[in-house]
Amino acid sequence: MSFTKIGASALAIAAVATGAAAQSRDNVQIAGSSTVLPYASIVAEAFGENFDFPTPVVESGGSSAGLARFCEGVGENQIDIANASRPIREGEIETCAANGVDEIVEVRIGYDGIVFASQIDGPAFDAFVPAQWYAALAAEVPMDGEMVANDAANWNAINEELAAWGMTEADLPALPDAEILAFIPGTRHGTREVFEENVILQGCEDSGAMQAMMDMGMDEDATEEACMSIRTDGTSVDIDGDYTETLARIGSNPDGIGVFGLAFYENNTDTLKVATMSGVEPSTETIASGDYPVSRPLFFYVKAAHVGVIPGLQEFASFFVSDELAGTGGPLANYGLVPDPELAATQEKVANMTTMDQE
Amino acid sequence: MTDIPEGGAHPQQDGPRRGSLFAENPRIKARNRAEKRFRAYGIAAISIAMAFLCVLLFSIVKNGLPAFTQTYIQVDVTLDQEVLDPDATGDPAVIAQKTTFSYAPLIQAALVDRLAQSGIETEVTPDRLARILSSGAAAQLRNHVLANPEVVGETVEFDLLASSRVDGYMKGRVTREALARDPNLDAAHLEIIDALKAEGSVERRFNLDFITGTDASDSRPEEAGLGASVLGSFYMMLVVLLLALPIGVAASIYLEEFAPENRFTDLIEVNISNLAAVPSIVFGILGLAAFIQFAHLPASAPLVGGLVLTLMTLPTIIISTRASLRAVPPSIRDAALGVGASKMQATMHHVLPLAMPGILTGTILGLAQALGETAPLLLIGMVGFIASEYPDSFTSGFTDPNSAMPAQIYEWAKRADPAYYERAWGGIIVLLAFLLLMNIVAVLLRRRFERRW
Repeated sequence: MSFTKIGASALAIAAVATGAAAQSRDNVQIAGSSTVLPYASIVAEAFGENFDFPTPVVESGGSSAGLARFCEGVGENQIDIANASRPIREGEIETCAANGVDEIVEVRIGYDGIVFASQIDGPAFDAFVPAQWYAALAAEVPMDGEMVANDAANWNAINEELAAWGMTEADLPALPDAEILAFIPGTRHGTREVFEENVILQGCEDSGAMQAMMDMGMDEDATEEACMSIRTDGTSVDIDGDYTETLARIGSNPDGIGVFGLAFYENNTDTLKVATMSGVEPSTETIASGDYPVSRPLFFYVKAAHVGVIPGLQEFASFFVSDELAGTGGPLANYGLVPDPELAATQEKVANMTTMDQE
Repeated sequence: MTDIPEGGAHPQQDGPRRGSLFAENPRIKARNRAEKRFRAYGIAAISIAMAFLCVLLFSIVKNGLPAFTQTYIQVDVTLDQEVLDPDATGDPAVIAQKTTFSYAPLIQAALVDRLAQSGIETEVTPDRLARILSSGAAAQLRNHVLANPEVVGETVEFDLLASSRVDGYMKGRVTREALARDPNLDAAHLEIIDALKAEGSVERRFNLDFITGTDASDSRPEEAGLGASVLGSFYMMLVVLLLALPIGVAASIYLEEFAPENRFTDLIEVNISNLAAVPSIVFGILGLAAFIQFAHLPASAPLVGGLVLTLMTLPTIIISTRASLRAVPPSIRDAALGVGASKMQATMHHVLPLAMPGILTGTILGLAQALGETAPLLLIGMVGFIASEYPDSFTSGFTDPNSAMPAQIYEWAKRADPAYYERAWGGIIVLLAFLLLMNIVAVLLRRRFERRW
């Protein structure tokens, strides 16, 4: 190849590059929660099949990472939709506004359960109450009027400890003789927040530890913070990747117990067994009825300024919450999403693109 | 020297050597033993390496091969005019308004009919019956109808993809016991599959779509293919080749043949060597900042991926090119200069052609390294549910969102359904085949053009 030819090819590439810069984006760009990713990809695929618009691009990375990218600004090189497994925070709305993203439409697509599962042949983790998780994973627990580091090492010692705090041991589900080793979602996952609030904080309150801390003279904020701090001595492992990583960790640690989304568990019932929480077995029905205590809403956030600029954005958002997809018996429910009983209101909100300020 | 035995230091004590050369004295024996041991270490090292390689290849092939076959179920579907085109217009635009959701009841009815026809009794309710088929079956029907609008109202025989769990059952991955707690499929479904299989309506065959198809959503692993991401990788390699080769070769020729030797060129040389050792994720974040956020190139595009990988491959190409330029004997240059060639003529006409095989080999190995790279692609949006469509045209292939082979494999390995795990292994087989091919080309080029002095 002569150098003239090589040079000409390089110029051609450069020309394509500049052409691309000028070209407008015609696909919807989505990023965020890895819990919402499967649902978003199912909708994106059906959207590509049924509409003339190109199939949207869905990236994952976690709720916080997705919302951070969402709030970077308005324009064709910014994403249009952020998926989140928790509501957007006040601070994130402020960052958004500072970067010119002030019209945000919040869309709740349904609910998802958080389940506690372990190896199918592993120890008998059959039933839990939140207090047991608190006693196992809290960084510091109140003891005789002061906070001491949590030294619980085996699940079978937990009930005794809880009894010492004033719970009735007979009411607590039996725990197996197994070393405490929990794989919980890392802090960049929205699931972590729900786990801390619905399980650890709840357990702190139920076990009487919260009252004990109050009695020690701690104020409300300090108590809450002390309740939700998780021990870092290796008994609790933060998983920053996806549920497949948690699954792999459980596969190599028979005593381990992991936190999963309901949909993930339902796809892996051949290797995992699930524990009940407060006596309720997780399923789409028990979560919809509100009996299962650890569930959270799933959201996506639309940049209203991109509607009308990015073709298909409005259609995609409406399609996502349509009865055929997000309703009972739809493909999302089949995959494990718990349908939102107030879907009709959400549909109206998306049709009008009602921003968070207007609500 | 520790391997000389104690007595060896004073040979004169024994006087001149006595006895036969063929009889070994203790010193010779010890040396021979040491050599044997050394050989054994070498053989052991090679055996361990080979054993690891065998285990790796065996597990890849064992886990990945099932991905190349897929289960299909033959069903006669009546494309009901009442549902698809109630006013009998025959107008493709009217039929196109019916979404895939309108086709789902047709499939359900077809399955009910099929079971009645064979007299198969089942406890599975009609609304759960369609779970033996891929949820993409409705799209398959719709695409067929849109392509041939005249079939509306007729009964057509379709080969529909089985769902991932039925496929897993055919491959021995899913058992009846495992389905006991699985909400997606019941053991009763498997009875239907067994009955249909006995009639020859269920067939597992080679799945070309795995190699040529596009990515599918989490609920349809049975539809997912690697094709679009192979194209994405191809476009990236094209960008890398067209940019890294000329830039790298020009830089090396200047540095090797023309540049004065001073501190500045020394600094450049040190930097190039160091760049080759920079972790690839660094180039990813550089690409995000420079190409997407500053230059406003589209995210998730193979063009940006190619540019990032170009930066990563450049040091490799420069280093190998300089090595092969240096390997050309100075006598060639001297002879050319001696008969009156200019320095540029000597380089272009004599040195560069002789160095070409080495340059090409280095380039191909650099490309192979870039082909297997995932980390930088994470940051420029090429990992996720992306390779779901083919590019519209040759040029739009550079800018349309696409993934790359290793990124697609990583994405599959993350997904919940175990069927995707199998596909990830299958993807690795395809990726390894491509890498092997590129290495063979590199070896052939070297063999064909290599010259020795």
